[in-house]
Amino acid sequence: MDKTWNNRAWFLVLPVLVLVAFSAVIPLMTVVNYSVQDTFGNNQFFWNGVDWYQELLASSRFWESMFRNLIFSAIILAIEVPLGIFIALNMPRRGWGVPTCLVLMALPLLVPWNVVGTIWQVFGRGDIGLLGYYVNALGVDYNYVQDPFDAWVTVIVMDVWHWTSLVVLLCYAGLVSIPDAFYQAAKIDGASRWAVFRYIQLPKMQRVLLIAVLLRFMDSFMIYTEPFVVTGGGPGNSTTFMSIDLVKMALGEFNLGQAAAMSLVYFLIILLLSWAFYTVMTNYDAER
Amino acid sequence: MARIDVEHIRHSYLPNPSKDSDFALREVDHTFEDGGAYALLGPSGCGKTTLLNIISGLLKPSHGKLLFDGKDVTGLSTQERNIAQVFQFPVIYDTMTVYDNLAFPLRNRGVPADVVERRVRETLDMIDLADWARRKARGLTADQKQKISLGRGLVRSDVNAILFDEPLTVIDPHMKWVLRSQLKQLHRRFGYTMVYVTHDQTEALTFADQVVVMFDGGIVQIGTPAELFERPKHTFVGYFIGSPGMNFMPVAVDGRRAKLGDQIIELPGTPTSTERAMELGIRPEYVRVGREGMPVSVSKVEDVGRHKVVRARLEGRDVAAIVGEDEEIPAEPKLSFDPAGINIYAGSWRVEMGA
Repeated sequence: MDKTWNNRAWFLVLPVLVLVAFSAVIPLMTVVNYSVQDTFGNNQFFWNGVDWYQELLASSRFWESMFRNLIFSAIILAIEVPLGIFIALNMPRRGWGVPTCLVLMALPLLVPWNVVGTIWQVFGRGDIGLLGYYVNALGVDYNYVQDPFDAWVTVIVMDVWHWTSLVVLLCYAGLVSIPDAFYQAAKIDGASRWAVFRYIQLPKMQRVLLIAVLLRFMDSFMIYTEPFVVTGGGPGNSTTFMSIDLVKMALGEFNLGQAAAMSLVYFLIILLLSWAFYTVMTNYDAER
Repeated sequence: MARIDVEHIRHSYLPNPSKDSDFALREVDHTFEDGGAYALLGPSGCGKTTLLNIISGLLKPSHGKLLFDGKDVTGLSTQERNIAQVFQFPVIYDTMTVYDNLAFPLRNRGVPADVVERRVRETLDMIDLADWARRKARGLTADQKQKISLGRGLVRSDVNAILFDEPLTVIDPHMKWVLRSQLKQLHRRFGYTMVYVTHDQTEALTFADQVVVMFDGGIVQIGTPAELFERPKHTFVGYFIGSPGMNFMPVAVDGRRAKLGDQIIELPGTPTSTERAMELGIRPEYVRVGREGMPVSVSKVEDVGRHKVVRARLEGRDVAAIVGEDEEIPAEPKLSFDPAGINIYAGSWRVEMGA
């Protein structure tokens, strides 16, 4: 078959190309540019090769913040996903309880991130915070400003409070899309409560769970605002996650080259881990 | 297998039903004999699925009792009733293999592994999926999935009854026919008590020994396919079964004669009741088109393949007649009614005719 060749069709793609160039490609290339050059001010740049990368990967500071971040994401996923599934399974399916629950669940998601940070920053304070005051009154020595463990607990509980709803809402959407016939058939087949979950509800939630895990992983791995507002990365460096470290490096120390190198490595890690999650979860039982 | 007695069962989906129209099932009192093949036939919303779900225990009836072999099971759960049910749309466990899908109902009941193996193999042969046993159920076609649903119903040998809720809706016509004959065969071989819900008359008439016709939350007639065809008890049965349905026309009855407009029709007997609104019913198969009889105007002739359907107007009423493929329609057509096919209805219910 003869095809009509008309190169003017490329003009139709132009608006998208321009948009993507300005929103993604050019900023990204600027970062790449910074990461291979050095500057001593005056807008003069010198070619620096891969020195920044070598320096970054050799620094314990980078590995420590990455390690902290991985632990944080792992804890967040390990709490929020099962908890979210559990809440979604127990939410009402009909009646006035449905809108009530949905609104309650959506509320934390609507609060701006820095406000969430401020709420918990005050909430956890030993002198005026509801939580901090009463926990201390119960005889538990709780002080997130000085104790790294308390700081971690605060940041994790805050994130669970803020984001479990997202997992709940996604799982709930997956659950309500299961036709009644599946539950009826399971009754006929004599399936136990666990079998219903394992063979009907979990498989039907798989797609939304994948989205939930990806979103929660990426968000928690890039977390910045909330811990920055609550702990400022402290005490010491105990809650300095990668993004906090990155901002310190770029804006605090004005170490543009190394910060650019770190941004790119950071980006690659997220890309790689997201790909890994996706592959594992979509291939999980496609085999056989 | 068991005999199922449905005793005065009424059901409403509303919390406080008061009027008759609040009931999805007005009152059903019927016995499904052990080993019988029954079809529940009726239009959408007539209560047939409700009745089925009450039998299987997915619904608890608002009133009445359900007995299996004389034992009251009204309060028992679905599991305890030991019933198999196949739904309108295929229900499969998609993360399992075909084999595991079929084994699932047995394993849940703690059946020993060797028995599971044997039963599943037999069932796989029955539904013709033996080559697919190790495949994931997810990637199968709708036909195959529904066969798995059927298979899960057939795999347990000790069930009290197998219930089908329009199981062949999603299956293509050829496969429908094959599966239906397979079910029929299984019924003959194993003597399961089967109740088959459908709104497709062909399906009901070919599957069942006894067809239960439901309308508006109640049973209007129970009978063999032939009885439903020849002697519909209610005008609804007359026009729901048959293609086209039965012709009905209001008449005035006087002894052995029925008066339709200016026409006098001789009846095969004297109707025993003439109080309420009288109607004469006759199937298109018993309406003859020829040169003798009552004058009509033919409005349309539909050729449906094996025969022709003649649409005509008789005394201002629409009448359908079925004539042979090769029969000629005369220029001035006249209709006559075969007395064997004449039924008389009073207030929509059939009345007997005496000598």
